[in-house]
Amino acid sequence: MLEVTVKHSFKGFTLDTAFKAPAGVTVLFGRSGSGKTTLVNAVAGLLMPDQGRIVADDWVLLDTAKGIRLRPHKRRLGYVFQEGRLFPHLTVRQNLAYGAWFAPKGAPREDLPRVVDMLGLGALLDRRPTALSGGEKQRVAIGRALLSAPRLILADEPLAALDEARKAEILPYFERLRDEVSVPILYVSHSASEVARLATTVVALDAGRVVVQGPAAEVLGDPAVRPGGTREMGAVLMARVLQHHEDGLTELDAGGLPLFLPRVRAACGTVLRIRIAAHDVILSRARPEGLSALNMLAGTVAAIRTGDGPGALVALDTKAGRILARITRRSVAALGLAEGQTCYAVVKSVAVAPEDIGGTHTMPAQG
Amino acid sequence: MTDWLGPAEWQAVALSLRVSFWATLVSLPLGIAVAYALARWSFPGKQLVNGIVHLPLILPPVVTGYVLLLTLGTQGPVGGILADWGIVLAFRWTGAAVAAAVMAFPLMVRAIRLSIEAIDPKLEQASATLGAPPVWVFLTVTLPMALPGIIAGTILAFAKAMGEFGATITFVSNIPGQTRTIPSAIYAFLQVPGGEGAAMKLVIVSVVVAMGALLLSELLARRVAARVGGA
Repeated sequence: MLEVTVKHSFKGFTLDTAFKAPAGVTVLFGRSGSGKTTLVNAVAGLLMPDQGRIVADDWVLLDTAKGIRLRPHKRRLGYVFQEGRLFPHLTVRQNLAYGAWFAPKGAPREDLPRVVDMLGLGALLDRRPTALSGGEKQRVAIGRALLSAPRLILADEPLAALDEARKAEILPYFERLRDEVSVPILYVSHSASEVARLATTVVALDAGRVVVQGPAAEVLGDPAVRPGGTREMGAVLMARVLQHHEDGLTELDAGGLPLFLPRVRAACGTVLRIRIAAHDVILSRARPEGLSALNMLAGTVAAIRTGDGPGALVALDTKAGRILARITRRSVAALGLAEGQTCYAVVKSVAVAPEDIGGTHTMPAQG
Repeated sequence: MTDWLGPAEWQAVALSLRVSFWATLVSLPLGIAVAYALARWSFPGKQLVNGIVHLPLILPPVVTGYVLLLTLGTQGPVGGILADWGIVLAFRWTGAAVAAAVMAFPLMVRAIRLSIEAIDPKLEQASATLGAPPVWVFLTVTLPMALPGIIAGTILAFAKAMGEFGATITFVSNIPGQTRTIPSAIYAFLQVPGGEGAAMKLVIVSVVVAMGALLLSELLARRVAARVGGA
């Protein structure tokens, strides 16, 4: 458990935050300029905040009230930077070994062969960083951080500098990290799909303040939370792969409800996280007939949020989990939607993009 | 080779090499430290330190030599204390090495400072987050990455030390076997009738050493840059 309280003022910007990060991946989510990187740098010790207290388990990294300010090298946090920051004068193997040199003897650590295997670095070991692609660099950076026997891994938008194909290449490695390594991860992102795929816990930031924090499904299903803007809104469902049909569709089981998606590359029985973008969901009061969409999930309206614009966000509790739908206020009025009413969420199979489907995952207990 | 150069010329060449070697070797750690401080730290009086380091580059060498004589001579404030400990620099080869080191220092510091400034501090931060204490950050990241500049600075300083004349002759005079380096010897040979032949031989030695140093520096820098840059 990481507990962070930080107050810091720059010119024209004040960061005033407090959050807790339990085991798993905690995503600091917010627009650029919301203070995410500042916060991570404060945890890493690269920035000494005006006031604050940062405790990882029982290890006090910072306590300004008591005058404790640990230097970065004493914090034992593995930091994966946005731009990799591999050492250009060392080979990949030496870069990986670098963190291990300084790790305390006897600290629980990953061994090199396992990390090399997990991140697929075998063929790269004797190369130098300049001979690596962006995605390869980030994989090495992840391995280097992991091998330094960290108490916590920090990742500051590690995919932001990569193109979409490279992002799709790296994201599964973070999923493996989350599922196979016991080290908690603090992950900075402004991408809703990254949050949906990785987050165990979400801490949403806006203008230097924590807007909301809690388990991922809860925060992402809350229509009031929109740090990435309404276009980025979407809830996350957990579903188990049941069957791959011959017509190219994969049938999944989401809390007892069937879900059909375009072919998902995962074995039967695998549990996946699926992000359903709010603007891809259609609501219907009655079960629709003669509709092309394959997925219809019955539920009850949990909340309706309207703003100044023409749009409204409707949260629907289904057996599969909470679903968010972005529709118009006019539709809310026309359908006469109100909290507690029964309703159907209609989702086109092809609306779910491959990048919205996360890899193997054991569902964490969520309150 | 020994036949080609007479004993007096040999003496000058050997002395020059010895003086330049020690001048470069002893000033290198200080040069790296000063370059690092100027590149990475901000402290009160930084411009003053910078100015003092560069002073020998812009002052007439004779003035630098005279200042050295005033401070490090046996009657000088620092030289007096050193003399009490049995260390005499004035009119000794060690004094010639000090003069050469002082004159070469700005060139060494400039080259190293530039290469340290070119290193992204973010790499040093990354090293710290991986658990490296500051000294190890310096030894494992800063120093190896600054190596091309350190090599260039060292060879530049060596070449400058080989050619140093004004400050040397003012501070330690022109004593054969003690302080008569190649430039002083050339000067001395040109003062006596029939000395042109010996002077010309030393000129050739100077050119060969200078060219050799330059080629070596290029070669090393290229090899190290390939390693550091990764190409």
